[in-house]
Amino acid sequence: MKLFFAYLSGLIFGVGISISGMANPAKVLNFFDIAGTWDPSLAFVMGGALIVTFIGYRFVLKRPTPFMEKGFQLPTRRDLDLPLVGGSAVFGIGWGIAGFCPGGALPALGTGRTEVLIFVAALLAGILAAKFIQSMLANRATAQA
Amino acid sequence: MIETAFTPLQSLGGGALIGLGAVLLMATMGRVMGATGILAGVVQPSSLSDWSWRAAVLVGMISGPLVVLLFTGEFPAIQVPISTTMMIIGGFIVGIGVTFGSGCTSGHGVCGMARLSPRSIVATLTFMITTGITVYVVRHVLGS
Repeated sequence: MKLFFAYLSGLIFGVGISISGMANPAKVLNFFDIAGTWDPSLAFVMGGALIVTFIGYRFVLKRPTPFMEKGFQLPTRRDLDLPLVGGSAVFGIGWGIAGFCPGGALPALGTGRTEVLIFVAALLAGILAAKFIQSMLANRATAQA
Repeated sequence: MIETAFTPLQSLGGGALIGLGAVLLMATMGRVMGATGILAGVVQPSSLSDWSWRAAVLVGMISGPLVVLLFTGEFPAIQVPISTTMMIIGGFIVGIGVTFGSGCTSGHGVCGMARLSPRSIVATLTFMITTGITVYVVRHVLGS
């Protein structure tokens, strides 16, 4: 039952991504190309997603627990640090080159298009490389401590 | 460059569904709908229960275009205006960035912003700015 609702959540998200245009690199890149072939659609995607999530979360997070689990697992950190800002800046550079973000590309895998498979493979390589660097940095920090 | 049509209603509706998926996952599983965390957790799981819900979300996401195909008779449009080399470079850079930045457009931009998390607001503003600069540089400075 849990897994059914997890699947359904992913499915609704994936249908939303598909019809919104977020799975289309040309459309995503055009949103950022104000000086060229500008297409403001993406602002409506973000707007629609934010309004629904903002209101929905208000109701959901008022409950003591989620329906299927013992508790909510929310990120608790509030500090701003270099990895957050630097990592996000780097993410933007990649997004601006590829036109796919992870949330746009994962549902797009369902089309079986080669470009999507290539992006997701490169994305995974980047994630694993970054995790390796993170663990090396953590090991060095503990060795010095 | 490929011109794309302005689709405010379709994009707003799609965005609302993205939000609905995120709210349903929080209501049932108590989890954030972050594509980065879901993908990373499927590839490098910490336990079976941790892996299974993420795998279920991922399979759901991948079914999205198939449902669209079922109802409309065609897959959602995917137009790629860049070379394969640039797609590989871009994908790798995205992977590095989202891992250090702890999230992407879905985790920070939708779920975190909706919770008014200061980290997510800063992350989202940062990547929106650098994406805009990158597109400008690629298309109008380096490009023809």
